[in-house]
Amino acid sequence: MRSIILQILAVTAINLKSLPQRLWLSLATVIAVGLVVTVLLAFLSMANGFRRTIADSGAEDIAVVLRSGAVSEINSVVLRDQVRLIEDGPGIARGPDGKPQTSGELYLTVNGIKRSTGTKASLPLRGLGPLGPGLRRGVVITAGRMFNPGTNEIIVGRALGKEFEGFELGQTVTFNSTRWSVVGIFAADGSVFESEIWADLPVLQSLFKRAGSVQTVRARLTSPAAIETLRAYSDNDPRLKLDVMSEAAYFAQQASNTSDLIQKLGWPLAIAMALGSLAGALNTMYSSVAARATEIATLRAIGFGGFSAFVGTLVESLILAAIGGVIGAAATYLVFDGFTASTMGASFSQVVFNFQLTPRLIGQGLLLALAVGLFGGLFPALRAARMPIVAGLYG
Amino acid sequence: MLSPADPIDPMIDIVDLCKRFTKGKETITIFDALNLAIPRGDFVAVMGPSGSGKTTLLNLLGGIDRSDSGAIEVAGERLDRLSESELSRWRASHIGFIFQFYNLMPMLTAAQNVELPLLLTRLGRKERRERVETALGVVGLADRVKHYPKEMSGGQQQRVAIARAIVSDPALLLCDEPTGDLDRSTADEVLSILQVLNRDLGKTIVMVTHDPAAAQYAKRSLHLDKGHFIEKELVA
Repeated sequence: MRSIILQILAVTAINLKSLPQRLWLSLATVIAVGLVVTVLLAFLSMANGFRRTIADSGAEDIAVVLRSGAVSEINSVVLRDQVRLIEDGPGIARGPDGKPQTSGELYLTVNGIKRSTGTKASLPLRGLGPLGPGLRRGVVITAGRMFNPGTNEIIVGRALGKEFEGFELGQTVTFNSTRWSVVGIFAADGSVFESEIWADLPVLQSLFKRAGSVQTVRARLTSPAAIETLRAYSDNDPRLKLDVMSEAAYFAQQASNTSDLIQKLGWPLAIAMALGSLAGALNTMYSSVAARATEIATLRAIGFGGFSAFVGTLVESLILAAIGGVIGAAATYLVFDGFTASTMGASFSQVVFNFQLTPRLIGQGLLLALAVGLFGGLFPALRAARMPIVAGLYG
Repeated sequence: MLSPADPIDPMIDIVDLCKRFTKGKETITIFDALNLAIPRGDFVAVMGPSGSGKTTLLNLLGGIDRSDSGAIEVAGERLDRLSESELSRWRASHIGFIFQFYNLMPMLTAAQNVELPLLLTRLGRKERRERVETALGVVGLADRVKHYPKEMSGGQQQRVAIARAIVSDPALLLCDEPTGDLDRSTADEVLSILQVLNRDLGKTIVMVTHDPAAAQYAKRSLHLDKGHFIEKELVA
């Protein structure tokens, strides 16, 4: 066993030390694998950033109530009477004044202009009651002030303000033929709410002709477990044809479709590219075996086994691929990590998010790189192991 | 021992060896019922025209090529009965190869090249280093331990190759045109070393060569032509 390990180490060292003789071919493989990993990790970090931005927005002790069957806020309607029934429902937390901690909300879309492309995009305009901001984690006004109830004032999420034109503090914007003043900028722990514009609910209901209904009800629960009590209450009351879920569950569901789509685009593209780089790796390793034929044959003549030639070649391929993988991961980190983008969310409005590269994603990228190295080195390694010694020595 | 007629204890005993190559639809017979016995401690030069089978014979004796039929016994082992992995292990402990173009690893130092066969043994690092120094000392290159092949002359490289061949103390050295790439005086130095290894250390040496002057260093010379030894001549 010791001898086999020494043989493998010796052959591997010989292979690696001879890499400068095949510098350009080896470099081409490293770059090809690096590009594969970069593309994969760009997609995965995009999907991850999107999913985290949305999924992290949800809390377990906040209930979201939608019309039964509505897949998102945009196509939900909750009538005023249903709002009152929910407010009186079990498991709803109450404030010091005894009032239920709920917020009926409207979710509309308005047009905005993207700074980066100058193109139009749909932005979410949320009407919410006075308790609405308090039902979200970490909401703080970072500039200006909160809108005054009963006025055409809006506050703008920090991320949305950065990505779209015309939402600077003090600016006036026009939605639905009505002028609105930007009186505040708010942050919300980097959650999806930072991609929204908030206004007073009754004003929106009036101007957008939605009086008598909202689209969602948010409610603080007495505990995360109270969601089951509230759901059972809703299910058992024929007047409440509503879906009740925790905010965390709601956002997880919202995030999964888009992030799944991004991943489903990313993986096939990366695998297609990986097949291309696999051809490159095969070519490099076959060339490596051919260039080292005399060395391999000499070692075999001395008494080295075919197994050490096999492992040594495979290790060379894996190391080239791993170097490519590390370079690809580093490039993705430098170029894309924290890169801000926006895309269409489940409610047909823009969600601003950052690409997020995690160790787990880097691990996936490196695994793909090693797979290219493994399959790219396997057959050349078999050739190295099975090469007739005489053929290697005398050509 | 395969040859009952031969009273000596042979290092090499070949009986009815057949070897053919197929090239396309053509079959070329290299050996047809070849017989040969070489005693231990012999130094034999194998000569003959190109294509006569000299190198093929050397490859068969070293267990890096297979015969089609017949028996090859080298150092008491029937090579035609060993598997590939058994042949590898056998070569590691019984055979030292010396090639025309030295076949050193260019990226390894002289010492690292010479150490390669010892990696197949159970020797520890210290013992390996001692043996490498001894082997390089035998060939007169004790001061070139850390030199790379490209930093040495052809003759020095061949001496490193000889050190590599003898470092694990094999009984049989197989030399394929060991001076074919060297000038006369350098060739004489290398051949003198081989002579010393045969005379003083008792190594059995089979050397393929085209060079009659090189063959003079052997104890006897065998002339191979069309798959048969046509002449046996005692040199010394």
